Amino acid sequence: MNIRARITGAFLATVLSTTAFNGAFAADDTIKVGILHSLSGTMAISETTLKDAMLMLIDEQNKKGGLLGKKLEAVVVDPASDWPLFAEKARELVSVDKVSAVFGCWTSVSRKSVLPVFEELNSILFYPVQYEGEESQRNVFYTGAAPNQQAVPAVDYLMENESVERWVLAGTDYVYPRTTNKILEAYLISKGVKPEDIMINYTPFGHSDWQTIVSDIKKFGSAGKKTAVVSTINGDANVPFYKELANQGVKAEDIPVVAFSVGEEELAGLDTTPLVGHLAAWNYFQSVDTPANAEFIKTWKAYTKNDKRVTNDPMEAHYIGFNMWLKAVEKAGTTDTDAVLDAMIGVSVPNLSGGYSTMMPNHHITKPVLIGEIQSDGQFETVWETPGLVVGDEWSDYLPDSKDLIADWRAPMSCGNFNVATGKCGGKGS
Amino acid sequence: MYRILQTLLITLCLLVSVHVTGLRAADDLAALVATLGTAKLSELDDRIDALARSGDARVIPVLEALGEGNLYTRKADGSVFLTTEKGASLVLLDPLSGAEIGEAAKGDIQKIKVNNSVRRAVRSALSGLTLFSTDTSARLKAAQSMRQTPNADALEAIETALAAEKDATVRKTLDEARAVTLLISDRSDDDKRAAIKTLAESGGREALGVLTSALSSADASLKPDIEAALQQIEQAQVFWNAGQNVWYGLSLGSVLLLAAIGLAITFGVMGIINMAHGEMVMLGAYTTFIVQDVIRTSYPVLFDWSLAIALPLAFLVTGIIGLAIERSVIRFLYGRPLETLLATWGISLILQQSVRSIFGPTNREVGNPSWMAGAFELGGLTITWNRMWIIVFALAVFAALLFLLKRTSMGLKMRAVTQNRRMASSMGIRTPLVDALTFALGSGIAGMAGVALSQIDNVSPNLGQGYIIDSFMVVVFGGVGNLWGTLVGAFSLGILNKFLEPYAGAVLGKILVLVLIILFIQKKPRGLFALKGRAVEA
Repeated sequence: MNIRARITGAFLATVLSTTAFNGAFAADDTIKVGILHSLSGTMAISETTLKDAMLMLIDEQNKKGGLLGKKLEAVVVDPASDWPLFAEKARELVSVDKVSAVFGCWTSVSRKSVLPVFEELNSILFYPVQYEGEESQRNVFYTGAAPNQQAVPAVDYLMENESVERWVLAGTDYVYPRTTNKILEAYLISKGVKPEDIMINYTPFGHSDWQTIVSDIKKFGSAGKKTAVVSTINGDANVPFYKELANQGVKAEDIPVVAFSVGEEELAGLDTTPLVGHLAAWNYFQSVDTPANAEFIKTWKAYTKNDKRVTNDPMEAHYIGFNMWLKAVEKAGTTDTDAVLDAMIGVSVPNLSGGYSTMMPNHHITKPVLIGEIQSDGQFETVWETPGLVVGDEWSDYLPDSKDLIADWRAPMSCGNFNVATGKCGGKGS
Repeated sequence: MYRILQTLLITLCLLVSVHVTGLRAADDLAALVATLGTAKLSELDDRIDALARSGDARVIPVLEALGEGNLYTRKADGSVFLTTEKGASLVLLDPLSGAEIGEAAKGDIQKIKVNNSVRRAVRSALSGLTLFSTDTSARLKAAQSMRQTPNADALEAIETALAAEKDATVRKTLDEARAVTLLISDRSDDDKRAAIKTLAESGGREALGVLTSALSSADASLKPDIEAALQQIEQAQVFWNAGQNVWYGLSLGSVLLLAAIGLAITFGVMGIINMAHGEMVMLGAYTTFIVQDVIRTSYPVLFDWSLAIALPLAFLVTGIIGLAIERSVIRFLYGRPLETLLATWGISLILQQSVRSIFGPTNREVGNPSWMAGAFELGGLTITWNRMWIIVFALAVFAALLFLLKRTSMGLKMRAVTQNRRMASSMGIRTPLVDALTFALGSGIAGMAGVALSQIDNVSPNLGQGYIIDSFMVVVFGGVGNLWGTLVGAFSLGILNKFLEPYAGAVLGKILVLVLIILFIQKKPRGLFALKGRAVEA
């Protein structure tokens, strides 16, 4: 892996430094935007789409006349699903290409690997994916969902509408599922669920043999109480998981599965007829019926020249994040990092589900939470949504060591982990 | 006096209202169906219930369509239709009579939204309506649904159906459904005891679930019976669970065997460390995707044959690619394992990225033909069709390969060349041709494995990466150069993995298997079935 990464890295670095050199002449009349998404390796499956979405947004903005009277210019790099390479590429974007902001990363580990770079070089990252929370950094804006904007409402829905009493928390073995499940477990216990009614199960990345686990789920579900599966299974492992569910006859009416990492893109590789009724919790579905969304889908299909391309939640997050950044830059009148960071807080832009999303002082945004059921055409149908917008909660209220922490990046506090119990900045994560 | 008058009035009112409701129910089913169009999601359950209580067989297709999300309502007036597609517009059918009543543009009508609770209501309503159907499979489905979601009100209907039932399978299911329903009804304790006995004999997880939930609410006098029944079922389950684990192990083993068997030729027989092996599997899976895509768009009736069509094509495609790789790269590197490793690895990256560029990075949909979907019960075992066919297929490929190597002249030449190249050459065998064909054969078999694996895994550019390590593991564990070793290695690793998984979890289970293999290789570096003789030493 390392050899490959280094070779591709060196190669790309050469290519990019040449382009950067060529671009230097034009540097004055364009504003550069960095796109840091894997275009090769395991994460390419999810991240390539986001690269295309960003290129489309930039393209559209240029048609409208660019920003501050200048054209926007996209700088695309390929971190190749290699976490250390993410940091290297981020550094390159900021210090060599002099981009004004970077949109990128998917996995939490890639985000963690670029954090020190953005802090050191004082630049801005927009992170578009739902994640486990427990973080708020000065240079990062989190436009995906925090656990309280996805996981907790999903569990509430199952508890209220499906009267679920027994829970299987199944996830891939890495930081996002582990933290989310920790929060969910604490939340469920606080709601009076007995520990023996919770089963937690982890599987390796790319797990493809789900026979034992699906049969365990069936067994766990046959204790006479309504059972549901909360799935934080990541990416590639989902297709074999759902295939096994369908073949072993686990129906949504009996044991519903609610997933946090399965969107329209993931379902595109599946025959969803046997899966109708299984659930997903997101802040956006392609099926959302609003004029803004219809317009977005139309532009997307035209841009990709493919009538079958689907849209998904992280794309909407980039849509919101990009528009917020535009607005903040216009407000500040400059792309200077410190000015934009100040201008960002409080910026409010329309989202695709018919409301407005606002950037909060903790660098998370407000979003509606939607619960959708899988349909036979591979789309989701919204069956429930929060009455209003939910504010992203970076430090979970259900974990003992983070419940006293808050983040507020406005002066005079300017702190990502302020401990309200001790009144000091700096707690966990500092 | 006043009181008498009041009572009289109330009675009168009641009488009238009862009369009116009666009239309304008989009046028109159509009115009831029409209310589905305007009902909110939360009101649908009641409406379905009302339809079910009508007992009219004409509502069955309406409810079925509703459950499947095929019932539509016109946006303008909220009336309800079944539809069939006709070009860009939809033909509207009357939900009860099925008669055509017009056409509408797709934008003017919308699907009636349903969720899981509505689907459950539909299922239980349908089970009540189809319990006396003339179609055996409909009755079986109804009985199964009643066993799954018991409803005390349905007890008498079940008993009537049971008395009239002739089919043995339906009878058995109905009997269990009756027992399950009886447990939650207010029948006498003796009846309940008999029901518990029926359930204990039927066994299975569903019975376990029913009894466990009955335990908490049952009378004290019934509790010992339920506990005894639970124990009986659990004991039977221990046996079946072990059987199920063996089955899962065989199934995992067959996947490992399929993935590794091509490598057993290229690496095992020829000694090429072929890192591009996984990509051959991936290309085989993509061939299946293309075949299915063509079939879907042009010859939908052939869909169930798609895998049979894809198999020879996948063999050819990957075989030819294998041949090209051997002729253009590998033949210059014989006897230089490190360079071969690097070169084939490079090829694997090239193949991955080209597939990604051509087909895109996202998963491609490969469907299960109908004979590979679903599962069947064998005693207490649940056996999924796709897994079963994969085991059969893996063994068939293995047998065919064994035959080829041991019983044909081509196989004889292959073995001769790989055992002693110079001697074979001086006997007049064209060794370069044999090398090329052997490599092509190994690649082609990997491609066929890809067809099978497309049924259970993602069809994405990363497909091959997931199998390459496992494949090498199996070949090395089984003994390099021995096909039987690959067979035994694959199945024993599969079963070992599946017996560790329930205790250690999937993550730790996999680690333990790897640790055990490392220890095993320390002790027996040549694997389970080591080749002996001078050829090995050379």
